Amino acid sequence: MAVPMLRTSMMLSPTSARGMATLKDIEMRLKSVKNIRKITSSMKMVSAAKFSRAERALKPARVYGAGAVSLYEKNDFAEGSDRLIIAISSDRGLCGGVHTNIGRNIKATQLSDRAVSKAIIVGDKAKAILIKTMGDTFLATFNNCGKKPSSFSDALNIAEEVLTHDYDSASIVFSKFKNVVSYNTTAYPVPSLAVIEANDAIYAYDEVDNEVLRCYQEFTLANLVHASLKEQEASEQSARMNAMENATRNAGEMIDKLTLLYNRTRQAVITRELIEIISGANALE
Amino acid sequence: YQRRVREAVVSTQSTGIPSTTGHFGILPNHVPTIAILLPGIVAITTEAGEVQKFFVSSGTATIHADSTVQILAEEICGLEDIDVNAARSGLEAAQSKLASAADDVSKASAQIEVDVYSGMVATA
Repeated sequence: MAVPMLRTSMMLSPTSARGMATLKDIEMRLKSVKNIRKITSSMKMVSAAKFSRAERALKPARVYGAGAVSLYEKNDFAEGSDRLIIAISSDRGLCGGVHTNIGRNIKATQLSDRAVSKAIIVGDKAKAILIKTMGDTFLATFNNCGKKPSSFSDALNIAEEVLTHDYDSASIVFSKFKNVVSYNTTAYPVPSLAVIEANDAIYAYDEVDNEVLRCYQEFTLANLVHASLKEQEASEQSARMNAMENATRNAGEMIDKLTLLYNRTRQAVITRELIEIISGANALE
Repeated sequence: YQRRVREAVVSTQSTGIPSTTGHFGILPNHVPTIAILLPGIVAITTEAGEVQKFFVSSGTATIHADSTVQILAEEICGLEDIDVNAARSGLEAAQSKLASAADDVSKASAQIEVDVYSGMVATA
């Protein structure tokens, strides 16, 4: 959009001897920054609408997540050596640091002694961030995330994929929504069936047998994936809202500065022409 | 039918749940338990004494040592939302599906449909 305009103006506008930005150049910059401000402002409003919907959907999902994770939190389950990580992100960017924080969190775990050997990635952004360092650990990746709000059947698909692999314990890394301006990158623990059965504390619970534990673990996994997807959505939309708000404000500041520069340049051009005319008239006398 | 997610934190006198190990009630200081829910009715008796009933399709129930209970149901609806005639025709369709199911997977999913529909019909 800007490039063809540049070419025509190079032919028409007079080149300034001193190399100062000509009026046409400033005018073009002003126009493009105004366009950017329009786009970021509309993106902010779209994100605000999606965010209010995501926040409403988060409330019940959070209850599911808290209820599902309560058993794992009240009892300590061994981590095991064969670890699987489920990274939750989405396909779309321009949302502040949401995806990079997930990537940073996972990369830090890889450098520590809790490194994982298996990874399941949800969302193209996390895939792009992690593929160089962790590409050989990828078991499955999911895309097409972020356009529409996630549903429980999406969580079921992911959970089914996780359950086809063997592991000792897994963790779901996601951005937990705190409030409109902040979120935390946290993880839900998901021990495997073998680890749960190996822990004696589980038998303090009544009526526990292999079948019950297996159903319980699978359903809890689906619940936790669902809850983390919803938290991710709320965090992402609020982060995008803030990022676009900042971009709009910055674009506005640039427009103010450029407008001042434009007016000064315009007045300088007029003054120069006046001087030329007057000195020309004086020379004739 | 409409899909709604319902969540509530309530203090209750007792809760009755349909589990794979039988239909049992939960009172304060119940022994810690993990249970899988079958299609059936969850009946909550609140502290005020009123009984709220919901039909659940499946899910889990966890009773902790500190007397907190988490019931996570896959799908839930109030009893008044169940149209018995629609449930009956759904049951017949599911039963014929079960009879004509070819492999184990479709047999299992048809069996699940039959269980849920018969649970719904039984609430009438």
